[in-house]
Amino acid sequence: MGKIRGAIVVNTDRCKGCGLCVESCPQDVIARGKRVNVHGYPFVEVVKGDACIGCASCAIVCPDGCITVYRKKMEE
Amino acid sequence: MNDVPMHYCPGCSHGVVHKLVAEVIEEMGMSDKAIGVSPVGCAVFAYRYIDIDWQEAAHGRAPAVATGIKRLWPDRLVFTYQGDGDLACIGTAETVHALNRGENITIIFINNAIYGMTGGQMAPTTLLGQKTSTCPYGREASLHGYPLKITEMAAMMEGTCYVTRQSVDTVASIRKAKKAIRKAFQASMEGKGSCLVEIVATCNSGWKLTPVQANKWMEENMFPFYQKGDLKDTI
Amino acid sequence: MKAMADREVTLMKGNEAIARAAIRCGVDGYFGYPITPQSEVIETLALEKPWETTGMVVLQAESEVASINMLYGAAGAGKRAMTSSSSPGVALMQEGIAYMAGAELPGVIVNVQRGGPGLGTIQPSQSDYFQATRGGGNGDYYVIVLAPNSVQEMADFVDLAFELAFKYRIPAMILSDGVIGQMMEKVVLPPFKPRRTEEEIMKECPWATFGCIGGRKPNIITSLELQPEAMEAHNIHLQKKYDEIRRTEVRYETQQCDDADYIIVAFGSAARIAQKAIEIAREEGIKVGLFRPITLWPFPSEQVDAVARGKKGVLVAEINAGQMVEDVRLAINGKEPVEHFGRLGGIVPDPDEIVNALKTKLM
Repeated sequence: MGKIRGAIVVNTDRCKGCGLCVESCPQDVIARGKRVNVHGYPFVEVVKGDACIGCASCAIVCPDGCITVYRKKMEE
Repeated sequence: MNDVPMHYCPGCSHGVVHKLVAEVIEEMGMSDKAIGVSPVGCAVFAYRYIDIDWQEAAHGRAPAVATGIKRLWPDRLVFTYQGDGDLACIGTAETVHALNRGENITIIFINNAIYGMTGGQMAPTTLLGQKTSTCPYGREASLHGYPLKITEMAAMMEGTCYVTRQSVDTVASIRKAKKAIRKAFQASMEGKGSCLVEIVATCNSGWKLTPVQANKWMEENMFPFYQKGDLKDTI
Repeated sequence: MKAMADREVTLMKGNEAIARAAIRCGVDGYFGYPITPQSEVIETLALEKPWETTGMVVLQAESEVASINMLYGAAGAGKRAMTSSSSPGVALMQEGIAYMAGAELPGVIVNVQRGGPGLGTIQPSQSDYFQATRGGGNGDYYVIVLAPNSVQEMADFVDLAFELAFKYRIPAMILSDGVIGQMMEKVVLPPFKPRRTEEEIMKECPWATFGCIGGRKPNIITSLELQPEAMEAHNIHLQKKYDEIRRTEVRYETQQCDDADYIIVAFGSAARIAQKAIEIAREEGIKVGLFRPITLWPFPSEQVDAVARGKKGVLVAEINAGQMVEDVRLAINGKEPVEHFGRLGGIVPDPDEIVNALKTKLM
């Protein structure tokens, strides 16, 4: 059976930096960065992209619909 | 759901619930038959984010507005989206009577135990001991009365068919809340009676906590008093 | 046979006439709450069961606040809906009427007035003139106000009010009172007019919230706008609409004004009493005419000014402490003397009292 690998893209302009996605991620893939966006919010960034399993928890809890999740089945 | 950025504070539960309502309408194929009624409160602009027909009601009157629409367009999906101040305080009469008449509408009730839009005042659902700007030393029963469990009231009424209390703080709870909204919308379309879906929610700005802390506070303080689960299901 | 039945003369109360006319005019929904002296409206509708014939919905709401908001919902969805109440109940409805005005919703509100202020009395009065003609709720707005003076006009004005309300997307009020509401009189009900079909509603009200059929852009009914420039633009748009209504929808009636030395201005039931007063005065050799505004807003200002020009005086007879007299004075602007006569607290004046007032105040 193939392993699932995931990748997420954060819409950093839209992100308000609430951090709920950071809390929900079982793999610690996302973290709040040091930079702020045009609205002054400290947006979240992918810090451990390789660890993403594509569970989409981050996207589900995001109140502002900022996260897109891609999933790929990896061959053994 | 459209692409318009929402006006809510970072971490606000409204965003998640809006998304669920939009997803359910889309999945049911009801985008052309849904009519939402938005409240006065933080969700006053709900109509900006979900691409269906909307009416913006006066403070507390959404269930009466929804009654007027549904009675005259009985084959449409009519729902209200209201906060605790709108639904459980100024609009208690409209809420109680619409539910008791068994109007075939769904009421989505966001209970975050505080007035968000006006800046964190005491709500009918504010917990005893909870501090707000109008009970800065904490809500006291002798001074402010008791928090109102309007969902429990709704469950006792003959007119309701589905009354449930959910939350949207975790992935699992969000999935359950979505199922509840779908079940309620379906019952509304099948003419089975009134549905009330309460979402116990956070208002981290009003509570003066971070979004993550607010979820924890809700779990520790709100859930023991506002217990989650189906209070009534006769569908 | 049907055509003959349509022209049948029957005897009924004003309140009953409102209800029966509503069913015949293709009204989609009625929402109301009992209050004396207008409860016969909903009672007649309940007895008639129009939901079994025309499909008209009749619902007793939990309050006047709920009634007007049900009307807001129904009107926002493009339906012909109405409510009725009496003065204290109409006071409760003002929030909803202001929201309808702001969101430009068409609907009909019937006020069978009683005396006030507060709970006041259940006896007739015309003391809600200010409330009706000055908007009544918050914000810069007006509603169209029709003042029937007979049971026949109670019946006729239902359809007229709906036609005007939908033509301009504005709430329309029938400002009646306990005299006209409770009085029995002969009436010819309006001819049957079917309720509009869904297709007709969608065509007539493309702005309404009946669902995004065919993937059309969502319709939003709201009175809210936080950008001051946009809100000002909306208010200017409303004012332009009000100006157009002022230009085109003024309605009034005159009787024996041409040879008159004096004019009595009166509306609704007071106009009927004034008619008798004019008869008495003319028997005494005093030439008096009647000017009866039918639309109280828009007020027939130019017309009353023209009729009064060169007369010896104008008496405004109302069943209140002096409300319409302000509009008459504004219209005549000091060119002729304008006096007021009224009884209060639910007392309906006698024609003799009006004649005496004319003599003592103007002669």
